[in-house]
Amino acid sequence: MVPLQWYIWLATAVFAIGVLGFLTRRNIIIMFMSIELMLNAVNISLVSFSHYLQDMRGQILSLFVITVAAAEAAIGLAIIIALFRNKATAHVDEMAETKG
Amino acid sequence: MNPTLQFPQLGPVMPEIVMACAALIILLLDLVMKRKETVAFLSIVATAIVTYIMFDASGVTFGGMFVSDGYSMFFKFIFLLSLILSILISVKYIKVERVNFGEYYSLMLFATLGMMIMASAGDLIVLYLGLELMALSTYVLAGFIRYDKKSNEAALKYFLLGAFASAMLLFGISLTYGLTGTTNIKAVADYIAKNGLSANPALMFSVILFTVAFGFKIAAAPFHMWAPDVYEGAPTSVTAFMSVGPKAAGFAAIGRVFLIAFALLKVDWVQILIPIAVITMATGNILAISQTNIKRMLAYSSIAHAGYALLGIIAGNSEGLASTMNYLLIYAFMNIGAFAVVILLRSEGFKGDNISDYEGLSKTHPLSAALMLVFMFSLTGIPPTAGFMGKFYLFLAAVNAGYTWLVVVAVIFSAISAYFYLRIVMYMYMKEPATEVKLATSPGINLALTLTVVAVLVIGVLPGKIIDLAKVAISGFWA
Repeated sequence: MVPLQWYIWLATAVFAIGVLGFLTRRNIIIMFMSIELMLNAVNISLVSFSHYLQDMRGQILSLFVITVAAAEAAIGLAIIIALFRNKATAHVDEMAETKG
Repeated sequence: MNPTLQFPQLGPVMPEIVMACAALIILLLDLVMKRKETVAFLSIVATAIVTYIMFDASGVTFGGMFVSDGYSMFFKFIFLLSLILSILISVKYIKVERVNFGEYYSLMLFATLGMMIMASAGDLIVLYLGLELMALSTYVLAGFIRYDKKSNEAALKYFLLGAFASAMLLFGISLTYGLTGTTNIKAVADYIAKNGLSANPALMFSVILFTVAFGFKIAAAPFHMWAPDVYEGAPTSVTAFMSVGPKAAGFAAIGRVFLIAFALLKVDWVQILIPIAVITMATGNILAISQTNIKRMLAYSSIAHAGYALLGIIAGNSEGLASTMNYLLIYAFMNIGAFAVVILLRSEGFKGDNISDYEGLSKTHPLSAALMLVFMFSLTGIPPTAGFMGKFYLFLAAVNAGYTWLVVVAVIFSAISAYFYLRIVMYMYMKEPATEVKLATSPGINLALTLTVVAVLVIGVLPGKIIDLAKVAISGFWA
């Protein structure tokens, strides 16, 4: 059996990749994908904890996370499209209407 | 595991159930109703009903996942109150902005529902779901002026950073779950106590992740970057709503997670929260000085106020928690009042969100200038306004808990804040009118202004009532 640590290291690595991607990339869609990566890293860790603890809560939470991520994707893409209609760019550095 | 399935008691969740139904019904009614004022009126009626039910609904249900106690009731009162005030100030404003759609009210109700669930969360899963319901609704509300680039940008920034923060929260929850084998807030505390986990580095890491996530929600520095841009770009009525509601909800969650689940790690998280509180007060108050846009200035002011309110959490006892709750309620009145005056100045073809637009307001519109004066005094913390009493109790609680130097820092920053708050007063009373300002008055906004100004003055003169209520409310909190 694969030890629990391996899963946790995997989850942490994926989460860190997501964080780094969010902080370094400047394309909205890629930043958004990085957030999804972070959520999936959480799902990996939740499911593995749940399996090793023989407890269902983690799996239930991971189902909730998947559902909420879907809602989040819908709203996020809607916001991006609303923005794209007014300003044809997907680059965060060009979004500087508000300053101060 | 208990194999027999029992239908959970619905009494304690009744306010949330009614709120969810009301939000859905209002979403449907919007299709048939042409007059959106009626939709707004019905939303207020629904909120009033929920407030009425809420005071009778106490208890624990869904196997400890949902806790409706005095603590959550006090917070829910803040949310429902800020919801009613925000709806009152929105009715005319969203017409002026030409976004008079009924789903606005429905989204506001959903956002409030999310906050109510957060305040009542007895389990980290419920906390997460409430937080997401609140956040997703406010992302949409921030971008509600679809044709306006600033509003789009506000929604996008809020969305990206909010989603980032909730991913952090989730990772924190997952680590806590892995270490303690439960997501129930009380059970987490028990497990940490029983197994001496309080020095575990992984648990410390999850405390840090929780701090980051909640720091985003309450707009505490260094996680405040989104707040000025979002507050400036979002519709002003939404700014008023989200500078009070989600912030108070964030504090409700901080109270539950830090003071109950991680109570034994207090030594550690206080070390994180103290620098955060100091930086928050510093950035908020210092950066507000250079602002020329009043919404942006109020955004920095709201960052600073999050810093003050953190003092009560740092004190970490009943007195501190009660004074934070008291402060958040007072903050709801004074901040929504100030935003109501900002909305008054927004009329067809006139933005009215520059600080220079307030020049000579006392000559042209003495009453609204006087109202703004009261709110600015209250935000500064000058007696006999409510803001003074709120700060007084907070600082007192922090001194009693032994953080005298922190209070000295807070008072210094509070003195700095007088500069930018009183500058508005100076512009209104000591300058000649530069531009013609036409006020967009409406019955709703008049009512909201009356309520807020009366509350600010009455609480300022008779401060004991609310803090006593808060103390009674949290009497069963630690059990």
